Amino acid sequence: MARKNPIKNNDKQTVDQPLDPSRRNLLKSASIVGAAAVGSGAARNVIAQDSPQSSATSSPITREALEVLTAEEAETLEAICDCLIPSDANGPGAYEARAVHYIDRALASHNKTVRENYMVSLEAINNYSKQTRGEPFYRLIKDHQNSILAGVQSNKVQGCVPSGSGFFNMVRNHTIDGTFCDPYYGGNQNFVGWDMIRYPGIRLSASETDIAQGAALEPNHQSAYDHDTYTKMASNMAMNQRGGKGNV
Amino acid sequence: MSKNLPKTDVVIVGMGAAGGVAALPLTNAGLKVIGIEAGGWLSPRDFAPDELRNGARNWPQAVQKAATEAPTVRATSDQKAVQGGHPMMNAVGGTSMHYWAQSWRLNPWDFKVVSATRERYGAERIPADSTVEDWPFGYEELEPYYEKVEHAVGISGQAGNVQGRINNEGNIFEGERQNEYPMRPLRASPFTDLMGEAARRLDWNPFQGPAAITSELYDGRPPCQYHGFCNKGGCHVRSKSSTAFTTIPKAVDTGNLDVVTYARVTNIVADHDGKVTGVDYVRGNETFFQPADVVLVASYAYENVRLLQLSKSRAFPNGLSNNAGQVGKHYLSHHQGSPVIALFQRDLHNWYGLPAQGVAIDDWADDNFDHEGLDFIGGANLWVHTDRKPMGAAKMSTFGLVRNWGSEWKKFIMENADRSNMAYIQKTTFPYEGNYLDLDPNVKDSMGFPVTRITARYRENELRIAEFSQDKMEEWYREAGAIEVQRTGLGNAMSASTHAYGGTRMGNNSETNVVNSWGFSHEIPNLGVLGASVMGTSGARNPTLTVQALSWRTAEYLASNWRSIAG
Repeated sequence: MARKNPIKNNDKQTVDQPLDPSRRNLLKSASIVGAAAVGSGAARNVIAQDSPQSSATSSPITREALEVLTAEEAETLEAICDCLIPSDANGPGAYEARAVHYIDRALASHNKTVRENYMVSLEAINNYSKQTRGEPFYRLIKDHQNSILAGVQSNKVQGCVPSGSGFFNMVRNHTIDGTFCDPYYGGNQNFVGWDMIRYPGIRLSASETDIAQGAALEPNHQSAYDHDTYTKMASNMAMNQRGGKGNV
Repeated sequence: MSKNLPKTDVVIVGMGAAGGVAALPLTNAGLKVIGIEAGGWLSPRDFAPDELRNGARNWPQAVQKAATEAPTVRATSDQKAVQGGHPMMNAVGGTSMHYWAQSWRLNPWDFKVVSATRERYGAERIPADSTVEDWPFGYEELEPYYEKVEHAVGISGQAGNVQGRINNEGNIFEGERQNEYPMRPLRASPFTDLMGEAARRLDWNPFQGPAAITSELYDGRPPCQYHGFCNKGGCHVRSKSSTAFTTIPKAVDTGNLDVVTYARVTNIVADHDGKVTGVDYVRGNETFFQPADVVLVASYAYENVRLLQLSKSRAFPNGLSNNAGQVGKHYLSHHQGSPVIALFQRDLHNWYGLPAQGVAIDDWADDNFDHEGLDFIGGANLWVHTDRKPMGAAKMSTFGLVRNWGSEWKKFIMENADRSNMAYIQKTTFPYEGNYLDLDPNVKDSMGFPVTRITARYRENELRIAEFSQDKMEEWYREAGAIEVQRTGLGNAMSASTHAYGGTRMGNNSETNVVNSWGFSHEIPNLGVLGASVMGTSGARNPTLTVQALSWRTAEYLASNWRSIAG
């Protein structure tokens, strides 16, 4: 299956050889509409580089529903996020972190009041792209995407809500949230965001040696919810042990 | 139909940092206390190290009572007031569950700004439009209560002046203490060492500030584990000395405190003789009347003022204890913005830090330096600390070095995420004519009551301190090796703040103050007010410990004068 590989792509080798942007877009678009892209050269390339280590640290199948976004919105947003925090020679970015998956889930819940801003603005960006470049945003080459996005940021692209810069700042914030949040929320998958900025992971305790000058803590790839204390199940179990009396 | 409950001795409205402290001396004295709290009980399991939930999504504040009644804000009375967020949370323990926990005593100067300024520089140096007064007592009066709460709550820190003996490991400018802190200060870090050494090279006096966080095993609670999620998160091991884990459980253990959770007080009831008889509250879809001999209002500055303003009666047609028209006056939001941000050339190792682990400079605070030739009075406490989390780190300033997205930006944060720092600078802030809290004529809360409207702005004195302290802060960062330093704006409107003062100011003059020197209303003998709404000056430091010392003092006074107050 083509989908899983770029997502868990954590190893330097692939990272050093970024996919051709049009190919990558094709691959992503194919996966979003559910078609198999296994036949493409890019996909095979990625599959070949799948390491045993990354298989061991991620689930064998990654399922992503679109809870809020349409397929085209998701694809447009995927391209925007990849401009903001690109997968490039320096390693994975928002795409591998699955920032769009995070945003889609957030728009169904905590951020639902800005759902319309996304609908209207993503369409405005695609319309602008079609008018100026003849194709929707997500089909353009990276350079052209970057220049349109800079236009959104500087209010040169009309029709975004609440404004070009307002929409840009919101998407930038959400993309960062989705890349660097706790993986529980669907982003920062395989801890690629935390590795990017060398955050060594959730620890319930840090010693003086851990933070000493020059110390380089190994990333532990722990989510807050890898700790039983904070999970609903642990909470239920603790309650049962106390005879179901709840908090004390 | 309101349900009448059995009468109690004392009702405390709000079981937070203030009410949660006052409950202990009252219940220890054998008084029956009912604490009415808008939030519920939380436990250490509720505070996951989760930056998205606690920070960006503002859990649990986003869904609480306070969020439904956030104040509206405008700089001047000719503007339209706009509703923002509410900075505080509802819970047993209140915002002391997840605050930064910096726990300062005020400087002695803060109690006598008017007389000390007149004496040292001349009366004309007091800002002309300020309504500032000396406190009704000096630092010495509050000193024993500071010490009591430092022990009861659990404060770590390094003393700088014990009975006149100066220790330059601590704050050499602090008022004289009778005793050391109950716990040593939080540990240092590579970054605090870096900044401390730079300050000493400048011939300044750096020290580790006091914190309501355990640095060692204290009263059955373990020491701080430095996991890095202290800011906007409660403590997973109860090291943060919230009243929820200290004074409140002890008060419950006396058998004399009942805490009523998820209850919203809507009215303080007064009789025709001008005494209060109890409070009305709503819980779920039921309404109750809780009669009491004494009512203590402890629900944060905005809610204290609003509750008095909403509680109108025949004896108090303009709101409770407001026949002199002083409720809502002398309001101020602490000037704690206008930070300075720095970029260093090496990793600072701040991933597992916290806001209360830091280095303070008091050389430019209060009246610790000569203001002759300067155009302001007061000053600022400079504070640098170690708090850092990944989302916030990725949103760091780019210092104008790169565009804030794309490959160049990604390379920038990969290198610099652990290399920036933002100073926290708290400034002397005064009350002024034209700065006040009233009921918003247009915006209502979820129950249909008007919310608080803040009309207030900083004046020349605050803005000049801001500029002066930014100069000092830049000098400090540069000395420590910062390669880039960035300043932010000096401020204008006083927005809704975690440091909100005034509105029910304490003072001997009943024409200009709502409560007397013991915290009881000038107009109503059995109504007391707890919280920073009684404070007339801010000082240059966090208010909570002073609020708690004042609360303890009011409660002790009530217990020892029970017959005359409750009578």
